[in-house]
Amino acid sequence: MSKIIKLKKGLDLRLVGEAEKTLDTLAMSEYYAVYPTDFEGVTPKLLVKVGDKVKAGTPLFFNKYKQEVLFSSPVSGEVSAINRGEKRKVLSVVVKADAVQEYENFEIKPLEKCSSEDVKSVLLSAGLWPMIIQRPYGIIADPADTPKAIFVSGFDSAPLAPDMNFVLKDQLDNLRKGMDVMAKLTAGKVHLSLNAEALGELNKVENAEKHLFQGPHPAGNVGVQIHHIDPISKGEMVWTVGVQDLAIIGRLFNTGKVDMTKIVALTGGEAEKPRYVQVIAGAPVADVVGAQKAEVRIINGNVLTGKTVAYDGYVGFYNNQITMISDNSEYEMLGWAKPVRSKRFSVSKSYFSWLCPKKRYNLDTHLNGGPRAFVVTGLYEQYLPMDIYPLYLLKAILAEDIDKMENLGIYEVVEEDLALCEFVDPSKSEMQEIVRRGINLMIKEN
Amino acid sequence: MDLRKYVDKIKPAFEEGGKFAALHSTFDAFETFLYVPNTRTSKGSHVRDCNDLKRVMIIMVLALMPALIFGMFNVGYQRVDGPEYTILQNFWYGFLKVLPIIIVSYVVGLSIEFASSQIRKEEVNEGFLVTGMLIPMIVPVGTPLWMVALATAFSVVVCKEVFGGTGMNIFNPALVARAFIFFSYTASISGENVWFADNVDGHSGATALSQWADTGATQYSVCDALIGTIPGCIGETSTIAILLGALLLIATGVASWRIMLSVFAGGLAMGLVFNAIGANAYMQVPAWQHLIYGGFAFGAVFMATDPVTAAQTNTGKWIYGFMIGVLAVLIRLVNPGYPEGMMMAILFMNGIAPLIDHYVVDANIRRRNKRVKLAK
Repeated sequence: MSKIIKLKKGLDLRLVGEAEKTLDTLAMSEYYAVYPTDFEGVTPKLLVKVGDKVKAGTPLFFNKYKQEVLFSSPVSGEVSAINRGEKRKVLSVVVKADAVQEYENFEIKPLEKCSSEDVKSVLLSAGLWPMIIQRPYGIIADPADTPKAIFVSGFDSAPLAPDMNFVLKDQLDNLRKGMDVMAKLTAGKVHLSLNAEALGELNKVENAEKHLFQGPHPAGNVGVQIHHIDPISKGEMVWTVGVQDLAIIGRLFNTGKVDMTKIVALTGGEAEKPRYVQVIAGAPVADVVGAQKAEVRIINGNVLTGKTVAYDGYVGFYNNQITMISDNSEYEMLGWAKPVRSKRFSVSKSYFSWLCPKKRYNLDTHLNGGPRAFVVTGLYEQYLPMDIYPLYLLKAILAEDIDKMENLGIYEVVEEDLALCEFVDPSKSEMQEIVRRGINLMIKEN
Repeated sequence: MDLRKYVDKIKPAFEEGGKFAALHSTFDAFETFLYVPNTRTSKGSHVRDCNDLKRVMIIMVLALMPALIFGMFNVGYQRVDGPEYTILQNFWYGFLKVLPIIIVSYVVGLSIEFASSQIRKEEVNEGFLVTGMLIPMIVPVGTPLWMVALATAFSVVVCKEVFGGTGMNIFNPALVARAFIFFSYTASISGENVWFADNVDGHSGATALSQWADTGATQYSVCDALIGTIPGCIGETSTIAILLGALLLIATGVASWRIMLSVFAGGLAMGLVFNAIGANAYMQVPAWQHLIYGGFAFGAVFMATDPVTAAQTNTGKWIYGFMIGVLAVLIRLVNPGYPEGMMMAILFMNGIAPLIDHYVVDANIRRRNKRVKLAK
């Protein structure tokens, strides 16, 4: 076990609505869906039409620009709707689930006899390949590549994030298998980062290079961990995979079936009963959250990086968490001048949140100001535990200066790494969007 | 809440196509001043810190208050002849002299800000809330109002809006306003007559700095300089009041303690160097006294720390601040024309700050590139 990597920069945003450590299992829902928009940079080409019968693991669509990357149905049933938006962009593929689930069968050779090509072909045909994300850029990995190493973050440090030791306590065998599968894909190491203060069950996964991290969010971000373990330089590439996704991959290699069962944490101040819920990926959000409430925002993911999802929407492909917060935003008279705003939180010492470091807040979706030019300095650096100047990187992106972006560390970050900077920004800029714009520009230019 | 209803009622008239659409920015500025808008997050992080630029700026303005209030008192205290006044009477006298300058500065500056925001179709930035308060505090009380108006207009247009508004300017707008008066109307910001209100009969009294420059000694004691009962620009005289503001700025993290500390360190270091040379009486003035006389403390705490025009990296801030201190004392001691050096030192370093940052960031880039070479 290596030494503990201690991070000082960052922030643990303390919100109300942490999931209680009880597990509910959601009964089979009527409909399940896959959102092509969950996959960064993918242009979907459909393989099914409404009325087609599919099994769990049957491909629904593929990526037009990387045709071997398939996206499959999480359940068996009948394709009931293909929802399109502007320019006929596919927004979701909905499957009406069978009462009794059927699974595609994938022939799995014993791993020791598998080449990396065999492993890739199983993952691709089962539609689990999209779980493997490449860095730089944070997009689905290219099966033709061989990464320098593969990184798995064993904990999530985001606000109200699920405790992965609780989520995965019965998945250790699948995780070990998943690690072995990953080892086939890289000539380098497979790294697993753990929370030094809560090693828990995941510490029992032996077949990975373990690293211990200590410190506030974003210590759990895999990008931050990579930066401290073995940073990505120009021309290098690593892959990452979510730890619960890794268990699903392991399950495929243990059983030969695509079983997208996973556990999501239902969290947030507006959640009726914050707890852990076992679902199949793509399950209806409504079935997880219960009765509909007015003026509540439901988020696929956490409050910093998640996507807003409608009440009649579905659990996202990569999500391990659903957060519900108040979306009721009011005018606040002279709010900016009040000495104390007890319901709101600020890292600034000009408010008094710092006097009650243990207090939990029920934050709403209020922007708390209007967009401005960048004015303050020295603030953002405190929330990005990397050797990167966030403001200079963002300005390079805004100026579309490719050289500068490269020099200032665009290869090492994705949106989530700048999410805290965005949260604390008194200029209310959209940093995560700027980062994605920069990454897309890099992809286009390379 | 009735006020809110009233605002909502008149709001449509200021929207695009409304009767007063040309005043949209102005309306928006007043509305968001009265009410934190109910805008909700649409992209990125769903929750946000409740800190905004209005808050940052109002803390700056609050931090200026001790120095301003004392400055008003001091205007009365320094007034030309007349019956003995009480503290309150002195303050009231000064208040009436200073208030018009503040009003002129805000009205002129904000009008230009509102107009240019309207043209750029942006929300009005809060930057001028601070600038508008700083300008009156760094001019002598005898400065004619038309001059204040002209200088403010020049600074907002040429130093700020031309570069794209708050956050984009290179030079500190308040100092540019002062520099404008200094270079255009030198006589009215220097000499011995400008430090007193209603100075019709040519009452004269030199500031400590010009006495230093002349003889190497000053009639004003260290104690006077700490308290501030000496002639000088309206807000700059009281070291204690300025330090009170500094405490607030440092405690709230609104201004950089690194810059403040390094400006003082730089000034002290340069003063010690000149003490060692000791070629004339002025150079023999104890180094630490430079920090409490003249505009040094005010510049270090309120002007050098402007985040937009200062260095932006932490390492850069140390260098930037230290150089301001060094230059300010250097200019004071070796320039024969004008006894104060703080304004020129800060403006000069405003111009150099991006260069300093460039080298600091460049070091980061080199670290990254070195990694690439190691990997190969």
